[in-house]
Amino acid sequence: MNETMFGDLSGVREGLAKVEYLADDGIASVVFLAERLGKPVLIEGPAGTGKTELAKSVAAMSGARLIRLQCYEGLDEAKALYEWNYKKQLLRIQADRGVDAEHEDWVELQDDIFQDEFLLTRPLLEAISAEDKVVLLIDEVDRVEIETEALLLEILSDYQVSIPELGTIMASQIPLVFLTSNNTRELSEALKRRCLFLHIDYPDLEREKQIVLTKVAGISENLAEQIARVVRSIRQLELKKAPSVSETLDWARTLVLLGIENIDVEQAKETLHILLKYQSDIEKAAKELTVEA
Amino acid sequence: MLDLLSGFVGELRNAGLPVSLTENLDAMEAVKHIPIEDRDAFKYALAATLVKNEQHWRAFETVFEVYFSLRGPEYNVGDEEGNGEFDPDNLEEWMSQQMQGMGGRGGGQDMSPEEIAEMLFRALLNADEAMMAAMARAAVTQFAGMEPGRPVGGTYYLYRTLRNLDLDGMLDRLIEESSQRYDGEMTPLAERLEREEFENRIEQLKREIEAEIRRRLVADRGVEAMAKTLRKPLPEDVDFMHASREEMANIRKAIQPLTRKLAARLARKRKHKRRGPLDFRATVRRSLSYGGVPAEPRFRHPRPNKPELIVVADISGSVAAFARFTLHLVYALQNQFSKVRSFVFIDGIDEVTHMFQNEEDITNAVHRVNTEADVVWVDGHSDYGHAFGVFWENFGKDVNAKSTMMFLGDARNNYHSTNAWVLKECQKRARSVFWLNPEPRSYWDTGDSVITEYSTYTDGVFECRNLRQLEGFVDNLA
Repeated sequence: MNETMFGDLSGVREGLAKVEYLADDGIASVVFLAERLGKPVLIEGPAGTGKTELAKSVAAMSGARLIRLQCYEGLDEAKALYEWNYKKQLLRIQADRGVDAEHEDWVELQDDIFQDEFLLTRPLLEAISAEDKVVLLIDEVDRVEIETEALLLEILSDYQVSIPELGTIMASQIPLVFLTSNNTRELSEALKRRCLFLHIDYPDLEREKQIVLTKVAGISENLAEQIARVVRSIRQLELKKAPSVSETLDWARTLVLLGIENIDVEQAKETLHILLKYQSDIEKAAKELTVEA
Repeated sequence: MLDLLSGFVGELRNAGLPVSLTENLDAMEAVKHIPIEDRDAFKYALAATLVKNEQHWRAFETVFEVYFSLRGPEYNVGDEEGNGEFDPDNLEEWMSQQMQGMGGRGGGQDMSPEEIAEMLFRALLNADEAMMAAMARAAVTQFAGMEPGRPVGGTYYLYRTLRNLDLDGMLDRLIEESSQRYDGEMTPLAERLEREEFENRIEQLKREIEAEIRRRLVADRGVEAMAKTLRKPLPEDVDFMHASREEMANIRKAIQPLTRKLAARLARKRKHKRRGPLDFRATVRRSLSYGGVPAEPRFRHPRPNKPELIVVADISGSVAAFARFTLHLVYALQNQFSKVRSFVFIDGIDEVTHMFQNEEDITNAVHRVNTEADVVWVDGHSDYGHAFGVFWENFGKDVNAKSTMMFLGDARNNYHSTNAWVLKECQKRARSVFWLNPEPRSYWDTGDSVITEYSTYTDGVFECRNLRQLEGFVDNLA
């Protein structure tokens, strides 16, 4: 194992800060442990809180290649693990036929066409067989059916892929694996057991302010503070969809572009549609902001 | 350390968290890599390996606080004093330094309640966390009146402390003070934000006080006893009938994914059922890759028939708490299924589909159902028989082979006639009929409950008192 990847806990945090990802204690500890224990991390939390971003940032920070598998309903092993390139196999057989058909018998041919050459690697197999450092991101794992989840188990616990015709391919080095889930359904126990669990929630006031300061160019500290406060206030309302961090950033950029330095109610109301995406939510928030507390 | 950890895991299991053996081993492995002095990192390491569900986080945190509260360097209360009495020496010295700025009062003697209030006020105003923590301790010492061995719960001490602090008055003062800083020129928005900020700080103070009381209780009574008294049911085990407001909010959040699951289950059944007729064009196209031999026949996808859901829910007083939950469930279902028709009844029955459909906001919808729905026929006591009779008369024709019916209620019929034939007819026509009963199974068929009579004509009656059982029901559907 590449023990030297991160020095210690604070190393993780600083490293992530360098690639503009502000980790809190929980995030830093889990990333650190994942690397030390060689276990995958299952990240859960509301949409837009930086789950995918974390995997990307870890890749950027450690200089590893990011391999991403986007999950969707109907994903199968041909798209996630590997597939035989049957067209090429077919060509191979036909190419033989003309020359010396008597020469080769079936067994030889079979050995021949089930080889690496005819194997199309898909993200999971690619991550396993990679020689260089990789970070594997399995995005929105809750979208696949519960049966397909089982595909992942072998990789996640043993870092290997079994191909019936070829045998088992072991990982040459253990990649860092991140799985993200929006919690639309309960994941299976078997999958959870194999992972470290990390729940990323909306950041607290101070961290959100720091995120805004880091990510938005030319914003004043005063404005960032106000933005973070307004957003927190809005999140406390009962909404269909609370504003995410990325929406906070969009809003901050808008305010900077408009040259606003102090948010007042009118400006807030006019730009609410950036923060909230449902008409009913916008109306509700606008009403709440106007009424005196 | 090993003993401590296994005791900790044991307590987590007692609290109902599913911790497997491998997870236990992972935790042991994980803490090796973490410097033990770093309390937060230690906590997160345990959480990442042992807790795999965000809803269990609070239960975990409580157990963690109990088990490791006396072991951090900054919490040197307890062990050596043994009796849980707080040693105020260092604190007072430190505080007297702080008080210099306030006109040099104080000094060595005990602080009066006014002084505590004043210092707390300043701590809150300046968001001075160390000061807030110190004041929380002082307040507990001063007001809670804790005595070793006294058989009172932590909430009692909490209540006593908070009553003496008068935090509501504190909040008003804080806002006044800060608005003076702005020379009274505060916009409503700024004022609102300021108020929220202070509310937040006070909330933090309350947590601090709670933690302080817990620490002392642990020192007094020992870890195991404390862990036991603090044990609370997990969100999925909370009884709908006796859920507190906060628990109800949690349940509501959990319903969303559950209905999606239900929809997926019903939809999947559809998908796996039967392939459609042969698709001639696609088969010919496919055959080209086999040199014109139609080796792989293709079929049309069957037309997905959309499941219809008919929900009939009792909203009478005897199931009032359950009804609240029921309405939320119905609302959530409405978003998942293309066709949901919902009916509510007490002794009369009324269709409320439109109230849910045109309402974006769930609380409004529930309010409308409770006020507008015409569900009282004679006296407003449950009469399942009459309600079902009317249902069949008016809406019976809408039940067809596509519909799945869900009845929600305790089947306490006040000794009226049951009209069970309605369910029999429904079962004949509908795809399936389910009944969810919020009462414990042992109460069924006692008194005026007639659940068995109805259950003969359903595809299953399920006890449904908490989320776990509801989830079990959804799983059973597949």
